[in-house]
Amino acid sequence: MSNGRLRWRKFVSNFMLAMTGVCAFVSVLVLFFILGYLLFNGGTSINWDFFTKLPKPVGETGGGMANAIVGSGKILLLASLMGVPIGFLGGIYLAEFSGKGMASVVRYAADLLNGVPSIVIGIFAYSLVVLPFKHFSAYAGSFALGMMMIPITLRSTEEFLKSVPRMLREGAMALGASKWKTIATVIVPAAYRGIMTAILLALARVAGETAPLLFTAFGNRFESHGWSQPTATLPVMIYTYAVSPYDDWHRQAWAAGLVLLGLVLIINILARTILSRGIAVPRS
Amino acid sequence: MATTATTLKNAGPATGSRSFFAKLRDGDEIARLVTLLFATTVVLITVGLVWELWVNSVLPRQKFGLHFFVTSVWDPIMDQFGALPFIYGTMVTSAVALLIAVPFGIGAAIFLAELAPPRVSDTLQFFIDLLAAVPSVIYGLLGVFIVVPLVRTLIYPALNNPFGYLPIFKGPSYGVGFITAGIVLAIMVIPYIISVSREVLLSVPRDQREAALALGSTRWESTWKVVVPFAKTGIMGSIFLALARALGETMAVTMVIGNTPKIAASLFAPGYSIAAVIANEFTEATGDLYLQSLIALGLVLFLLTFVLNGLARILIVITTQKGSEVRG
Amino acid sequence: MKRFAGLAIGVLALCAIVVADNALLINGAGATFPYPIYSKWFDVYHTKNPNIQFNYQSIGSGGGIKQITEGTVDFGASDGPMNDDQLKAFQDKRGTAILHFPAVLGADVPTYNLSGVNGALNFTPDALAGIFLGKVTKWNDPAIASANKGANLPATDIVVVHRSDGSGTTYIWTDYLSKISDEWKTKVGKGTSVNWPVGLGGKGNEGVTGLIKQTPNSIGYVELIYAVQNNIPYGTVKNSSGAFVKADLVSVTAAAAGAAKSMPDDFRVSITDAPGKTAYPISSFTWLLIPQKFQDGAKRDAIKGFLKWMLNEGQDSVEALSYAKLPKEVVEKEKKAINNIQ
Repeated sequence: MSNGRLRWRKFVSNFMLAMTGVCAFVSVLVLFFILGYLLFNGGTSINWDFFTKLPKPVGETGGGMANAIVGSGKILLLASLMGVPIGFLGGIYLAEFSGKGMASVVRYAADLLNGVPSIVIGIFAYSLVVLPFKHFSAYAGSFALGMMMIPITLRSTEEFLKSVPRMLREGAMALGASKWKTIATVIVPAAYRGIMTAILLALARVAGETAPLLFTAFGNRFESHGWSQPTATLPVMIYTYAVSPYDDWHRQAWAAGLVLLGLVLIINILARTILSRGIAVPRS
Repeated sequence: MATTATTLKNAGPATGSRSFFAKLRDGDEIARLVTLLFATTVVLITVGLVWELWVNSVLPRQKFGLHFFVTSVWDPIMDQFGALPFIYGTMVTSAVALLIAVPFGIGAAIFLAELAPPRVSDTLQFFIDLLAAVPSVIYGLLGVFIVVPLVRTLIYPALNNPFGYLPIFKGPSYGVGFITAGIVLAIMVIPYIISVSREVLLSVPRDQREAALALGSTRWESTWKVVVPFAKTGIMGSIFLALARALGETMAVTMVIGNTPKIAASLFAPGYSIAAVIANEFTEATGDLYLQSLIALGLVLFLLTFVLNGLARILIVITTQKGSEVRG
Repeated sequence: MKRFAGLAIGVLALCAIVVADNALLINGAGATFPYPIYSKWFDVYHTKNPNIQFNYQSIGSGGGIKQITEGTVDFGASDGPMNDDQLKAFQDKRGTAILHFPAVLGADVPTYNLSGVNGALNFTPDALAGIFLGKVTKWNDPAIASANKGANLPATDIVVVHRSDGSGTTYIWTDYLSKISDEWKTKVGKGTSVNWPVGLGGKGNEGVTGLIKQTPNSIGYVELIYAVQNNIPYGTVKNSSGAFVKADLVSVTAAAAGAAKSMPDDFRVSITDAPGKTAYPISSFTWLLIPQKFQDGAKRDAIKGFLKWMLNEGQDSVEALSYAKLPKEVVEKEKKAINNIQ
């Protein structure tokens, strides 16, 4: 083999490998760019007003997003209360009780649900919860988001429960505990970390969803009381303000974007660090 | 001791001969039924969703039949609805997104799987997972204020001046359009390509690489000519996953695509996607045919993503299994 | 176990806090055309009546008509009056009639983003029809240039911006174009959502204004206040008497003068291309859509109370936002019509 040719191949090799490094670092840099850009544009607008005041009439400057922040919080809370128990208990069924046939049906359904585009979930929630009751509401929004939380919770619960060492199970059985007691007092606590992580990740994912809320929670100029009124939420406010022509609204959109992104990232980081101190997560 | 005896008796396998109520007294049976109930709820929800979509899109099916997919007119006044512009827009923006994201994503995955030391690889992967978690409305926000001016002032002149005679680069630029949506989508789907491809590449057995190196190939050659082809089915899977994500993306696209239900060859032209038209027109579709046509579009989107996700899963499983088989 | 109990108590406590308040909330949705004045009115009204909250979401007139027909909101708003089919659909679905109440007078203006042109361009009806039909494609086309001698019109492509959602503003614009251009009438027609020959779509008046602000060489149609509040130039339009008129309080009021005297009982009327030398040709009323019968007595009374306020004190604040007051005759007629709401 001639030396020149070898040198060329080595050069190509080093060059291409360097390029892959560039790809990797650029991809990571995008994250920091996004964060930095939001901080730069929205950082100064995050003040006390932003968190405590209601929006001002169109065209006037000032005001805040107090109602949207509370609204998002309410809807996420209710969504978790709706979606997590279904996913969690369903996951227990898959891991502990079910036969092969039923298990594959449930898993298949969950995977299907997971892949549904969020706008289609919005359509479903509108026909099921908004139309029959004849109003847009917080619980319609929660229903939509809750449904999106189910598949992740279900699959993760199943995987983590299954990964609990046989020793623990058999030990409990040997002590005479019935099956459900074993599950409740031994297996679930052992898998607790992983399941908690999955729930947090599911929460972070739906926290940023806008499309399903467009025609379920709709929007509200004021704080909404109770659960059956239209509710302002952070993602929808960002969308509305961003496409508007008002500079003051743009400013507030950046601030809201920063708050939302910060929230989502913090939940993600929290979830992943909880996990890394416990069991390794099986990749889905 | 009596209690132990009782629990031991109850801990045995439930035989069919025991009556239902006897089993019910068992805590276990209740637990099984309760969890079964919740598991069935999941199935019911999914079935209900598909059923609702199907039933509530009956009018356009009856009126237009299969023509719905090839008509490009969207006219609410004349009650003429055709899905073609939206399918076209969805396809084009996704294609642009993949064209950008796939080389970048695979390149980054190669770096993370082959070159980077495990610590660095894990840390970078951590950040990439965070990138995947960024909400889509934030991408939309950045799209409107950064990518749109970028396309108008930088990318359009760069492509239109030398290549403006090509149909894909023809015409004026508005800033918004297919290419802008494609670029924003590309950034959104790169993390999926990277994380799945990285996993798949990591599962390729060492011997493959070592055999290639032993035969005198450079690192790059062993990676590109041996490892990647071995993992190529799985990488295909990651691309399908990314595609499924891009197809269903609503907010970021509707903020930068131009919202025009027209088919145009130029990438700089404004267009529309299925998800975007549903988001924009759903709350105001007066008239049942209009509303159901939108729902029919939703059904189309659902079916597309369903097929892609299913294929992706199969491909990824095949590859990782292949890797473990060869490893022995 | 203890952890769960604690969590459950926390959740219930939160619910209690959140549920505790009994202001009456009235939900409305619809037109973006009057959104600035509606949001101002509802804000002021809430300060005067702290127990009543009017939540108005500007989703476009099409959305307003749709959601009030579905019954998911308590009132709607539209600048395109509901046509007979829509009236019938409402009656069939909700078992009562829908009433139109004019709220203010406003105008659609042709607004644009053209470097080097900061003043008002003059637009003839033919020029506007040509631009939106896609036949006039360059800014220096004779159709535009002939009315603007001395203006520095570049030879760039015109970027047309229209609405992507169902819009009363679109209804007003296409209603006008259908009256002055037979080609438009046959090819496109009038409505809240039409099959546009060319252009980009923006969501709401807000979205269109935003697009025009960011897109050089663009032209679109928006309600007057959106152009004013965002400092973008808007042009004059040649009216049926041959004068180039700019939209303002005087010209819009003049356009409604004829209709004021011959207002039909259901208040559905079009005042585009109105006669009169000083009339602005693309003016319109905008309507609140109120059901005739209400199940909820408290909501009905609150809405009637607001309507009365709107026709008295409310009209005093419209001019500050560049909307024109309703003609006196119309106000009197409406006050009587409020009694129809049961």
